[in-house]
Amino acid sequence: MSSAEPVIEVHGLVNRFADVVVHDGVDLTVRRGEILGVVGGSGAGKSVLLRSIVGLQPYAAGKVTVLGHPVSREIDTDPELQRRVGVMFQDGALFTSLTVLENVMFTIREHYPLDETFIAELAHVKIVMAGLDSCDAHLYPRELSGGMRKRAGLARALALDPELLFLDEPTSGLDPITAAAFDRLLVTLRDALDLTVFLVTHDLDTLYRTCDRVAVLADKRVLTVAPLAEIAAFDHPWVQAYFLGPRGRAAGRNQK
Amino acid sequence: MPEERDPGEVYRPVGDWTLAGIPADAPPATWRSGGEGGIHEVAPARYARLDFSGLGRLDTAGAVRLLQVLPASTLDAVGEHLDHIGPRQLAFVEAVARALHAGCPPRRHPPSLYALMERTGRWVVAAWQPGVLLLSFVGQVLITFVRVVLHPARLRFTSVVYHMEAVGLDAVPIVSTLSFMVGAVVAFLGATILKDYGAEVFTVQLVSYSFLREFAVVLSAILLAGRSGSAFTAQIGAMKSNEEIDALRTIGVDPVEVLVVPRLIALLVMMPVLTLLSMIMGIAGGGLALIGTIDLTPGAFTARLQETTELRHFWVGISKAPVFAYIIATVGCLEGLKVSGSAESVGRHTTSSVVQSIFLVIIFDAIFAIYFIEIGL
Repeated sequence: MSSAEPVIEVHGLVNRFADVVVHDGVDLTVRRGEILGVVGGSGAGKSVLLRSIVGLQPYAAGKVTVLGHPVSREIDTDPELQRRVGVMFQDGALFTSLTVLENVMFTIREHYPLDETFIAELAHVKIVMAGLDSCDAHLYPRELSGGMRKRAGLARALALDPELLFLDEPTSGLDPITAAAFDRLLVTLRDALDLTVFLVTHDLDTLYRTCDRVAVLADKRVLTVAPLAEIAAFDHPWVQAYFLGPRGRAAGRNQK
Repeated sequence: MPEERDPGEVYRPVGDWTLAGIPADAPPATWRSGGEGGIHEVAPARYARLDFSGLGRLDTAGAVRLLQVLPASTLDAVGEHLDHIGPRQLAFVEAVARALHAGCPPRRHPPSLYALMERTGRWVVAAWQPGVLLLSFVGQVLITFVRVVLHPARLRFTSVVYHMEAVGLDAVPIVSTLSFMVGAVVAFLGATILKDYGAEVFTVQLVSYSFLREFAVVLSAILLAGRSGSAFTAQIGAMKSNEEIDALRTIGVDPVEVLVVPRLIALLVMMPVLTLLSMIMGIAGGGLALIGTIDLTPGAFTARLQETTELRHFWVGISKAPVFAYIIATVGCLEGLKVSGSAESVGRHTTSSVVQSIFLVIIFDAIFAIYFIEIGL
């Protein structure tokens, strides 16, 4: 992307749970305006990395900076910073006692004291843009399917038009058509809003369609960060198995 | 300042149009949307086109507000009404316009009389159904229980012992402390009132009768309903919302057999034990209070206890324990199985479980009291 200004900087991040070391010196830089995909095997610590950067996961050592704000080692969610950051959790993490519309409206209202009608209009736009039907806005989370909950979660993450968006497995469990629509939406939003996206995913199609660069998390570190074309040539058994396995090849072929 | 070339034609927004700040001098919105019913006009449109050449940052909020300057009819093909807009911004504004266009048809509300009848009907069904459900569950649990007893190999022994510890052993401190306290309070009250008649020695009977027949078992039942019945609901409810119950069924295992029966057996065994403990502690508490207030020696207290209190009172009390245990276990487990989906539902059913079991325990206790008096026990 145009400017190389770093939005997220992670240096020497160490995370451990009791005796299990998840990260041992993770270094990662995310530039403004890019969509960075983070891949890694199950249990490689992708979600833990995301949580550490967002400030939900106390980490053992290292330095994390988000949009110029240092994120401390304790649970650290500064409201001023959170206003510029959107997080979509794996299963949506919607507030169960509120409808989808109220979930999105709540987020906007907490930060900007605007006219209620306008907040409702805006929340409605976000919900439809995230790929939900207009009528679904009045449903409660328990009445939604898994894929709908994800899209509602995205609508809430986008509520404040953040500069930086964290997505945890946004397309897992979606059907291929919906997942493709999601990929297109992500690129549209990035282009129009100059969004920076930190995307944890297993979906190779999403990686090929949306990501500018991909970070590979393995052996407790970030092995490499590069555009996909270069990653596939990276000499590491896990990377080879991931991108040159049957699924990786199929997703790559579709792109050409 | 927005520059107004030829009013009624082109509006040229200036500066940033974002959620954080929409210019205060923005023209009024010509229409509003809000989901239900789609878009409705609120003011005549002054402008027909937007000129993006002076625009700074634009986000979704800004785009919505800007589009509201144009008449709603332009939303269909908004691209034709925008000048000096880059392709990326155009794609975005078009996406916002499409989203604005999507409206949900308003729900039709039935006339009020029908609505009243409908609500009454729903209320009656809602009041009737849980009772039927509870009765059928009581039967289902009983059948499964008998089956397990006839085939002891199907009994989950580890689970039973685990729950016996959780509902029984772990409840010993609270049951004994509270029984001791209540015993002392009953003795104080009795001694104070009976003193006026010079009959304070009868307080011994008051304490022993009330604890043996009623207080011990009811107190234990209420404590266990609050402590264990709620825990049963929350445990089984969390499993239900995590689809663990469905998983058990697909494996071919009866959830009632693995989850409900061990809890029921644990309560059936531990409830009489706790009731016995409560009787002892309650009488001890009463005795201690009497020794402190009416110059009764410990020896005189036990002697009076032995000569006035018959064993039948003990049997009356303890015989109710398994019934209450059955009520608490079935209500607690059934409420857990009724949980659907959310954490909110777990909370609601846990409350309902405690309220129902305490309610039923007291109702049944009243029925028992009448019954035992009628048969002369």
